[in-house]
Amino acid sequence: MTRSHRILAAAAVSLALAAGTACAADIGQVKVAKGSVTIERGGQSIPATLGARLQQRDVVRTGADGSVGITMSDNSLLSAGPSSEIALDQYSFDPTTNDGRFDTKLSKGTLAVVSGRIAKQSPKAMTVHTPGATLGVRGTEFVVSADGGRSVR
Amino acid sequence: MAADRYAEARDVVRILRRFAHITGCTVRIVALGVVALAAGCATPTGTVVLLPAQDGHRSVLSVSEGGREVLLDKPYAAAETTTQGPRGYESSKAEVAKNFGTALAAQPARLQRYTLFFNEGNDALTDESKATFERVFPDIAKRSVPDIVVIGHTDSTGSDQLNDRLSLQRANAIRDEMIRRGIPAADIVAEGRGKREPLVKTGEGVAEAQNRRVEIIVR
Repeated sequence: MTRSHRILAAAAVSLALAAGTACAADIGQVKVAKGSVTIERGGQSIPATLGARLQQRDVVRTGADGSVGITMSDNSLLSAGPSSEIALDQYSFDPTTNDGRFDTKLSKGTLAVVSGRIAKQSPKAMTVHTPGATLGVRGTEFVVSADGGRSVR
Repeated sequence: MAADRYAEARDVVRILRRFAHITGCTVRIVALGVVALAAGCATPTGTVVLLPAQDGHRSVLSVSEGGREVLLDKPYAAAETTTQGPRGYESSKAEVAKNFGTALAAQPARLQRYTLFFNEGNDALTDESKATFERVFPDIAKRSVPDIVVIGHTDSTGSDQLNDRLSLQRANAIRDEMIRRGIPAADIVAEGRGKREPLVKTGEGVAEAQNRRVEIIVR
């Protein structure tokens, strides 16, 4: 590999990185954070501070003393209680047409949801997965847990 | 049917007990275990409860797994999710407060919507809308992490392409004014919905002042 090739390769890598940053659009924002709350992004764990922006495929975790409230760009509200894990598996939203797709997974803990513009536009566009169910969200407000059944609580 | 199975299982355990001197309590637990096995171990995994919608809209939620579906369509309609599908039940405000109190307490503040209209023939806000615009700033100031969405709308005259552009221009003009008034640019997003969301429903090609508007959403 010649020197100029190396420079070209480096330039290509930085362009790819820049494009990656541009593509990773903000999809939501942390509006409430109490106790321990972290965001796992690309294998790294970052603290979810007030105002932190979220991206598709982020996993939000709360500790035993934690809770978190998130507003999504389509006006959906997600909030989780202690010892919870929410994966923002898929999110796309076109604010001109309101078309989009929003798939979330609750692996453990508790989650309160108010659906937004994506679910209002299409009753099939928003789902929440839990270890025992798929929720089709036609609107608008509900709570869901992944900690065992009624008698367990 | 479950009761029959329970009785059956209890008989089995009664026989076992003669040999092993098991206590009554254990009998009950073992019998329940046998029932669970007979039913194919539908292990509970969680619960889902539909809540009354604060905006007054009707809420509907479908809960499905393994070919079974429970439709929740009124406040506090609930489902227990299990490894073998959901089972419907009736929850209550008290049960929701007990099990989901912390998650609900962490819910972000609800959004507030302000609608601005323009004078006929120019791009200036009507006097009423100027007053509405002033109310946006104290609302932003009282929120801990405010973000703002400015959405432009048009009437139904002209093509989609033209109206998408015009509505975004309208939104950007209001966004610029908010930035000039000290709101950080990074906190405001401008969007154009074109003619897709009229306030007053009209046919195609109708000039309707009520539909030429900008919404400011503070959240």
